[in-house]
Amino acid sequence: MSTSTRVETPETAGATERTPLLELRNVGITFKTTTGDVEAVKDTTITVMPGETVAIVGESGSGKSTSALAAMGLLPSNGRVSEGQIFFDGEDITHPSRKRLEALRGREIGMVPQDPMSNLNPVWKIGFQVRETLKANGLPSTDADVAQALKDAGLSDAEQRMNQYPHEFSGGMRQRALIAIGLACDPKLLIADEPTSALDVTVQKQILNHLDRLTDEKGTSVLLITHDLGLAAERADRVVVMQKGRVVESGPAQALLQNPQHPYTQELVRAVPSLTPEDIGAEDEGAAADEIVSIKDLVKEYKIRGSWGRSTQFRAVDQVSFGIRKGHTTAIVGESGSGKSTVAKMLLGLEDITSGTIEVNGRDISTQSGKEWFDFRRRVQPIFQNPYGSLDPMRSVFRTIEEPLRVHKVGDVASRRQKVHDLLDRVALPRQLGDRYPSELSGGQRQRVAIARALALDPEIVVCDEAVSALDVLVQDQVLKLLGQLQEDLGLTYLFITHDLAVVREIAHDVCVMESGRLVEVGSVEDVFENPQQDYTKHLLDAIPGKDLLETA
Amino acid sequence: MAWYLIRRILQMIPVFFGAIFIVYFLMFATSGDPTAALCGDRGCTDATKAALEAQYNLDQPFIVQFLLYLKGVFTLDLGKNFSGRPILSVIADTFPNTVKLAIIAVIFEAIFGVLLGLIAGLRKGTWYDSGLLFFSLILISIPVFVLGFVSQFVFGIKLGWTSPTVGSGAPLTDLLLPGMVLGGISLAYVLRLTRNSVAETRDADHVRTATAKGLSRRRVINVHVLRNSMIPVVTFLGADLGALMGGAIVTERIFNINGIGNQLYRAINLGDGAMVVSLVTLIVIVFVLANLLVDLLYAVLDPRIRYA
Repeated sequence: MSTSTRVETPETAGATERTPLLELRNVGITFKTTTGDVEAVKDTTITVMPGETVAIVGESGSGKSTSALAAMGLLPSNGRVSEGQIFFDGEDITHPSRKRLEALRGREIGMVPQDPMSNLNPVWKIGFQVRETLKANGLPSTDADVAQALKDAGLSDAEQRMNQYPHEFSGGMRQRALIAIGLACDPKLLIADEPTSALDVTVQKQILNHLDRLTDEKGTSVLLITHDLGLAAERADRVVVMQKGRVVESGPAQALLQNPQHPYTQELVRAVPSLTPEDIGAEDEGAAADEIVSIKDLVKEYKIRGSWGRSTQFRAVDQVSFGIRKGHTTAIVGESGSGKSTVAKMLLGLEDITSGTIEVNGRDISTQSGKEWFDFRRRVQPIFQNPYGSLDPMRSVFRTIEEPLRVHKVGDVASRRQKVHDLLDRVALPRQLGDRYPSELSGGQRQRVAIARALALDPEIVVCDEAVSALDVLVQDQVLKLLGQLQEDLGLTYLFITHDLAVVREIAHDVCVMESGRLVEVGSVEDVFENPQQDYTKHLLDAIPGKDLLETA
Repeated sequence: MAWYLIRRILQMIPVFFGAIFIVYFLMFATSGDPTAALCGDRGCTDATKAALEAQYNLDQPFIVQFLLYLKGVFTLDLGKNFSGRPILSVIADTFPNTVKLAIIAVIFEAIFGVLLGLIAGLRKGTWYDSGLLFFSLILISIPVFVLGFVSQFVFGIKLGWTSPTVGSGAPLTDLLLPGMVLGGISLAYVLRLTRNSVAETRDADHVRTATAKGLSRRRVINVHVLRNSMIPVVTFLGADLGALMGGAIVTERIFNINGIGNQLYRAINLGDGAMVVSLVTLIVIVFVLANLLVDLLYAVLDPRIRYA
């Protein structure tokens, strides 16, 4: 590979005088698999200048994380840089020695990983995990230093918190601990791999703001990896769009967003819900449709076991009342822990009701007999968040969709087969897919299977608990459109549980906003979004990434 | 932590009494006349028989017998066996030998099992890994008496490296070979368990994060991979220690070790009910304590357990 000719791409333009901090030059990354070598990243050039924030955007499998991890020598053991070169501060680090790599990591290049739940070692105290970072890089590591690193990352009472274990931390706190670890040694470059994807919008905003401030103060360059174009455009100086292992477009954030050149980028821009609100689902005539579900003074209390066996009551849902209109979509939004999923579980009969009533078609569900529950479940079906977890890995797609029909003894073998085929058609999956197993499907396909399964018994109400939160933007857009189409065709009623307000704006007719178990605001989507009454709702709306860009664009 | 400990100890109580009751019930209530075995073919006189029945409380209803036995357990008065020795002193003579043997076995399987398993796990998919898995599979499929007799013959008789049987007082040097035989099969399990656990932990996100922090490879393995992988292995080792302390019947017979297993074998053959129940009670206690130890170690290794 020739390195003497450097193409004037947006990456290298204007960068001739200064040495880039990180440069991936025509890099290819190959993975050895049982079915032969797979080139996951091809001919990829990414440049990060000192002090600059660059975002790599793309869907899962686009090679965005792989490219960034290669710079730290963190590829899985079956992966290697097969072509091109990687430079850090002018030094070739394509195939460094282990010693050089260990010196580079932490001190020169820090990392904030994606999932705060799995990236801290559960058996060591938070302070220990920060301290060893300082120690390994030859920095002072007294209690005060450790506490300072945690404080800098925005963790309050760091002195006490550092003696706790990861499981005693919330997701947001863990992410702050990981940021503390990533920035502990003042690296020149921080690789932030989807640093907030697992978090609520409000926490996400706090953490990103904090990260921005820290890296600004210290002059750290940031390589931000994200699937959220809105977030990338808001936070980065430049954006690199990757698809199927290649860079398809790159340039200044604003320009790229307003004037995308490549078809894939255009598609991405269109799909970002926060950037282009559109209405999906049945038209809302505004007429008062019948309430199919009415919830009154609903309360759910859990017992929490304290030390020495003392238990206290915890109110997860507190005096919640609202109605769900037939054939419409009602969304419940709130941060994690707001009780929104608990309401859904009680409607599905998966949790007992502590007090209050849920009436479906005028019938109080808590007084139903076993037989009535069985029939009830035909009419109310769930779609859950994680299609990887909610499908039985040992069952084929066909059997998964057929199972509810068999359980409820609907039709004979032939008519059930016909019904499954109709359902596959409806969710736009090819019929041959019926023989496959969940592990052979993509995330979007799995969620379509979950939808087909939910629709098998022709339910009236479908409860979608974060049904699109785990999906990539483009897939999310497709699934939302499918749900909208199904509602128009079949007159379905949806209860949509989500923390993503941008999604709510697209699909819902009515919105309930929940905060710490209480319902703080109820209204139509237009009213709540255009004219939020409660501070909490305003706060949630402000936190949607890319919102400001939308307004200035 | 205190609450966790108390709950575990409370849970031991029903297990303890339940197990003793079942063994006692099986030995005394379902076998025929226990004195018949003692009297042999000629039979005893009625007077002797009555005296024996009074000595073993056989003239009492079953439940009273059981309660009297329990009282004996708590006052450490277990009565006498058929040869007239106090059972407690038999246990005092033999139990230390079994404990020594079990500890040698557990140390052997822990050190070599974990070490080989760690190397195999870190090199998952290589020839080295496949070779060790194959070796462990062979070890698992050999019955312990085959392993015992073969190693006794080869190392004890042919090569003369060690004494083929264990002499009186069971010196540690004599116990090395039996201990390795006893721990051999468990070693294969420890190896496989460690290997799988390490291979899984090696690819965990938090290990990648630890590497990204700039830690040396040695530290990543010792502090982040090994410690987390040890949790299932420690569970196995603890339970195994209990099993070995109570159940080394075959190995103790082969190497003629004067331990619990050997005594139990003899007592079962003689139909010496009092002896069998006492030995099994001891084994139950060992098992329950070993499990408690595992639970405590578990809490030490995994902080999430402490608050469960």
